[in-house]
Amino acid sequence: MERPAPRPTLLRATDPAEWSALMAQAQGGDAESYRRLLVGITPYLRAIASHALRQSADVEDGVQDILMTIHAIRHTYDPARPFKPWLAGVARHRLIDRLRVQGRRAMREIQIAFEHADIAAPESETGSAMDRDRLHVGLATLPERQREALTLLKLQELSLAEAAGRTGQSIAALKVSTHRGLKALRRLLGAQDDAP
Amino acid sequence: MTDTNDLIAQLVRQSRPVQPLPRPARLAGFWLGIALAILVLLAIEHGLRPDLVAQLQHRDFVFGLAASLLTGLLAAFACLTASLPDRSRRWLLLPVPSLLLWLSCVGHGCLTDWVEFDAGSVAPGETLRCFSTLLLVSLPLSALMFLLLRHAARLHPRPVTLMAGLAVASLTSAAMSLLHPLDATLMVLIWNIGASLAIIAIEVALGGRLTAWFGERLAR
Repeated sequence: MERPAPRPTLLRATDPAEWSALMAQAQGGDAESYRRLLVGITPYLRAIASHALRQSADVEDGVQDILMTIHAIRHTYDPARPFKPWLAGVARHRLIDRLRVQGRRAMREIQIAFEHADIAAPESETGSAMDRDRLHVGLATLPERQREALTLLKLQELSLAEAAGRTGQSIAALKVSTHRGLKALRRLLGAQDDAP
Repeated sequence: MTDTNDLIAQLVRQSRPVQPLPRPARLAGFWLGIALAILVLLAIEHGLRPDLVAQLQHRDFVFGLAASLLTGLLAAFACLTASLPDRSRRWLLLPVPSLLLWLSCVGHGCLTDWVEFDAGSVAPGETLRCFSTLLLVSLPLSALMFLLLRHAARLHPRPVTLMAGLAVASLTSAAMSLLHPLDATLMVLIWNIGASLAIIAIEVALGGRLTAWFGERLAR
């Protein structure tokens, strides 16, 4: 009778006592420790992001923002000090920043009561299909980076962090590509509308 | 959840060994060492103020000089410490007592002496010479401090930027009072704190995009 295969080692470090050592090893270039750490801290980050942000759609964006910040400033962690206060500090700063942006956005947006909303009548199926075709043709003419940015951010409605993760482009580059892509698309579709 | 897992996989792939940042006291010491080197080079090139020995007999001068040096040292340590995510923002209050002492010794000095009127001709005044020394001291110190603080772009950049401006202003002022016969404190404060406030105002106007850009470009 065959002996059962040994259980794989625990890959997720959920115990904060382990985090300091894992981060110190990650600073030394140990990718496996880094992976265990990031996977292990994610539920903790998700819990504090859910508490702070409340809107569930923003929570995952908040978690990813914190993870990217940890990655960018991981050299500021002092291995002689506990890791959890450092992590909590990064999370607090990023979440406060996110709340501030949300607050600014909310101040710019005007709530419109449903009965006052001017809702356009649904277009005919033929019209929508034609618009969809025109959009796809327009997208196809754009440079690759712009097409990729618009597809992920506007059509698939991914967050900037998610789109950056998928494409390998930085968030700033994605924003630029989206802006340029939208401008080009508007020009292109506008030109078609103007055509006799 | 899958997307976060993808992001983690990507971050792990991008991970390289990093050198942990030295402790704030060590960084502040390094920055002060560079400041001292700049001061020595300027003293060799420009010469110390001719009445320095006489000035050192005056209690106000010695108080002002000591308070500005102490403010510079404490502000540098405070901004480097408070820039770290696990340290309290209250560190930014550290230089307040010495700052108050320093400000109590401030005179309007060479701010009012931009040009000299001599027998009908107008010549560059001590102010212009003051101003060139101010730039020679404060620009490299500011650049170095912002380099040391680049990680703060993703955390709390505004108070840290202001404190960094105060650190540069204090040491620049100490250097000026050793090199120039006029009290340049007010000009130095306006220039350095004004520059810090201008950076913060631009950052606010751009909705945080400036620090986000710095955070992305400069963080390792």
